[in-house]
Amino acid sequence: MVVELGHVALIVAFLVAVLQMVVPMVGAHRGWADWMRVATPAAVVQFALTLAAFLALMWAFVVSDFSVRLVALNSHSAKPLIYKIAGTWGNHEGSMMLWMLILTLFGAMVALAGGNLPPGLKARVLGVQAGIAVAFFGFIILTSNPFARLTDAPLDGNDLNPLLQDPGLAFHPPFLYLGYVGLSMAYSFAIAALIEGRVDAAWARWVRPWTLLAWVFLTIGIAFGSIWAYYELGWGGWWFWDPVENVSFMPWLVSCALLHSAIVVEKRDTLKSWTILLAILAFSFSLIGAFVVRSGILTSVHSFASDPGRGMFLLLILGAFIGGSLTLYAWRAPTLRSTTAFAIVSRESGLVLNNLLLVVAAAVVFVGTMWPLVVEVATGRKVSVGPPFFNLAFSPFMMAIAVVLPVAAVLPWKRGRLGRAFRQMRGALALALACAALAWVAETGGSMTVPVGAALAAWLVFGALSELAGRIRLGEVGLPESLRRLGSLPRADWGKALAHAGLGVTILGVAAMSAWAAEDIRAVREGESFAVGPYTLRLDSVASTRGPNYTAETAAVTVTRGGRSVAILHPEKRMYPVQGMATTEAAIDRGFARDLYVALGDPQPDGGHALRTYVKPFANWIWGGAMMMALGGIASLTDRRYRVGAPVRRAAVPVAAE
Amino acid sequence: MIRAALLALLLASPALAVQPDEILPDAGQEARARAITRELRCVVCQAESIDDSHADIARDLRLLVRQRIVAGDSDQQVIDYVVARYGEFVLFRPPFNARNAPLWLAGPALLLVGGGIAFAFIRRRGQAPEPPRPPLSPEEESRLRDLTGE
Repeated sequence: MVVELGHVALIVAFLVAVLQMVVPMVGAHRGWADWMRVATPAAVVQFALTLAAFLALMWAFVVSDFSVRLVALNSHSAKPLIYKIAGTWGNHEGSMMLWMLILTLFGAMVALAGGNLPPGLKARVLGVQAGIAVAFFGFIILTSNPFARLTDAPLDGNDLNPLLQDPGLAFHPPFLYLGYVGLSMAYSFAIAALIEGRVDAAWARWVRPWTLLAWVFLTIGIAFGSIWAYYELGWGGWWFWDPVENVSFMPWLVSCALLHSAIVVEKRDTLKSWTILLAILAFSFSLIGAFVVRSGILTSVHSFASDPGRGMFLLLILGAFIGGSLTLYAWRAPTLRSTTAFAIVSRESGLVLNNLLLVVAAAVVFVGTMWPLVVEVATGRKVSVGPPFFNLAFSPFMMAIAVVLPVAAVLPWKRGRLGRAFRQMRGALALALACAALAWVAETGGSMTVPVGAALAAWLVFGALSELAGRIRLGEVGLPESLRRLGSLPRADWGKALAHAGLGVTILGVAAMSAWAAEDIRAVREGESFAVGPYTLRLDSVASTRGPNYTAETAAVTVTRGGRSVAILHPEKRMYPVQGMATTEAAIDRGFARDLYVALGDPQPDGGHALRTYVKPFANWIWGGAMMMALGGIASLTDRRYRVGAPVRRAAVPVAAE
Repeated sequence: MIRAALLALLLASPALAVQPDEILPDAGQEARARAITRELRCVVCQAESIDDSHADIARDLRLLVRQRIVAGDSDQQVIDYVVARYGEFVLFRPPFNARNAPLWLAGPALLLVGGGIAFAFIRRRGQAPEPPRPPLSPEEESRLRDLTGE
C-alpha cells in the first residue's frame, strides 16, 4: 500500500511539475502576477510529493518488501539496516529518485529563499527548473519505474553488490548528486536571464551562491568517492581516469570556472554572455554524465543499441536541454554586450585566464573520454584512452593554473602592476623553491614529480598566506591594527585563501602519491616478519571470522619501527555468499605524512598468504586539500554578501515584468 | 552511485592483481615490467590496466610481458609484441599519429584559439572608454529609494 502511495505521489509530482513549467512562464511573459505566483507553492508541493515517493521506496527497502521488484533485485533481509537505507539509491531506479529528490529540493529552496528575487525572474527560474523535473519524472515513470511489483515475491532478495555495502554508499552519491543537480540552478538562472535579455550584477549575486553550493557538494562528493576507492579496491588507487569519474570531474572544472567568472559579472559587469554560456555548459556536463553512466554507451556502443529505451530517452533529454539552451544562447547572447573597460594587467584578465585554463582542461577530459566512442562509431576501430594519456595531457593545465594563481589573485580590479604583485609574492616564491630543493634532497630516484609538486604546493599555500598578510597590511600598520583588520576580514577572503591553499595541499598529495609510494607484494607465512621501508611487519595470524551477512578471513599484522610498536592492522578478505562475491577490506594506519596500507590476498599454494603492503606518502593531503576547498566555499557562502537568499527587501515593490 | 557503479565494474572478484609468484628476481626488470603493465589495458575488464586486474588473461599478459623482458626485449618491443597480438585496444595511451592527432592536439589547439579570443577580448576592453551607466528605470528608482530608506 505504501509503495502504491509512493507511485501515486511520483505521478502527481510529475503533474505539478508540468503545471509549474507552464503557468509561471506564461504569467511572466504576459505580466500576470497571480500566474507567476503559482511557481512558489508548486515548487514546494512538488518537493513534498517527491519526498513522499522517495520515503515510500526507502520504506520498502527497510522492511524488505520483496514483492517490489527493485527491492528483490537489490536487497537482502540479512543486510545491516544502514545498507538497507543507503541501498535505496544503490541502483539505477533508486538513484534516479535521489536525483529527483535533490532537483525538487533545490527548486523548493529557491522558491522559499528567493523572496528577494524579482517576480518575473523567479517565475522563469522555477519554470525552467520544473521543465528539467518534467523531463526526468517522465524518464522515471516511462522507463525506470522503481515501484514495479512482482507477481511472485521471492522469499529473499538478491542482495546489494558487496562492494557497495560500505558507509561510502551512504555519503558519496547524495553529495555528488547535490553537486550535479545543484548546477541545474545555475542553468535555470541562465535560461531565465536569456529569456529576459538581462544579466546584471544582481543576477550574478543571486546565481553565485547556488553555484558555489553545488560546487562545494560536488567537491565533497568527488573526494568521498576517491577515498572510498582508495580503501576498498585493495591497492590504494584513488583516481583512475575512468569515464564514470571523468564525467563527474568535467562539471566540477566548469563550475569552478563559472564561480570565478560570476565574480567578474558581479563586480565589474562584464563577461556576461561567457558566464551564461558556462552556466549552460556546467549543467550540460552533468546531463552528459547522467547519460554516459546510465546508457552504458561508453562500455559498449552495442549494449546501448540493444537496450535503447533508457538511452534514447536520455539522449532526447540531453538534446532538448543542451541544444535548446545553446540555440537560445546563440539568439539572445549578442544583446548581452557590455563595455566595461579594464587593463591587460588586472584581476579581470587573471580571471579570464583562470576560465580559459579550466575550460580547456575540461575539454581535454571530454575529448579523452569520448575519443574511443567517436573512433569506434566513425571507423569501427576499438581504441582505449586511459590514465597515461590523461596524466600527460591534463596535468600541464593544472600546473599552469597553480603557477598563475597566487599572482593573479592579488591583482587589483581594472588596472594592476605585475611588479607589485610579484613583490608581494617574493616570500612565497622563496619558500616554494626551498620546498622543491628539500624534496629533491629527500628523494633518491631523481624524479622531478615531487620537487615540482612541492614547489607548486608551497607557492599556493604561502601565496594564500601572503595575500592575507597583504590584506591586513602586516608589517605596514603595526601589529594591533593588523590584528584588528584580520578580525574584520570578510569571510569571502578567508574562503578564497582556504580554497586556493587547499588546491596546493591536494597537488602535494597527488605528486607524492604518484612518485614516492612504496609497494611490497609477497607471500607470508604466519609468524613471519619482513621489512617495508623503515617498517617491520609481522603476520601474526589469519583467522576465520563472521559478519552479519558475510564470512571473512581476518589477518593480524603487527607493524613496528625501530623496535617501537606503530600499529596492529587487521586486513580482511570477505565472502558474501548471496552474491557469491568476495571483497578485500584493506587495513590502513592513517597518518599526517604517510598511510600504511595492508591488504590480504589469497592463500598461496606453498602455504602462507599473499600480502600487499604500501607506504603511501601524504595520501590524506589529497582529500584534506579537497576538504579545504570545500570549506573555503562554505566560508564564502556564509559571507554576508553572498548568503543564500540574502538581503530581504523591506517592502515589496512590484517590478514590472516584460 | 557513480563511484558505486565503477567499483562494481572494477572488482567482480577480489584476487589481488600482481601475485607474489609473478615478481621477477631482478628489481630493475620488475620495475620496467610494472611500468609497462600499467600502460596496457586488460581486454576483458572495465578501464583497468593489466597491472590492476585480477582477470586470468591479465595475469597471462603480465607473465608474457615479464617473459619478453627477461628474453631481452626493449620496453617498446614488448609493447609492440602485445599490440601485434591484441590490437591497438590494449594501449591506454594511444600513440601520437595522424589518426590520433585530434585526441592529442585538442587541448593545445583549444588553448591557442581560446587564448587568442581571450587576448583580443582583453585588449578591446583595455582600449574601451569607461561608458556612462544606463539610467535606472522608474521602477528601479523607486526600489532604490525604498532600499536606501529615503
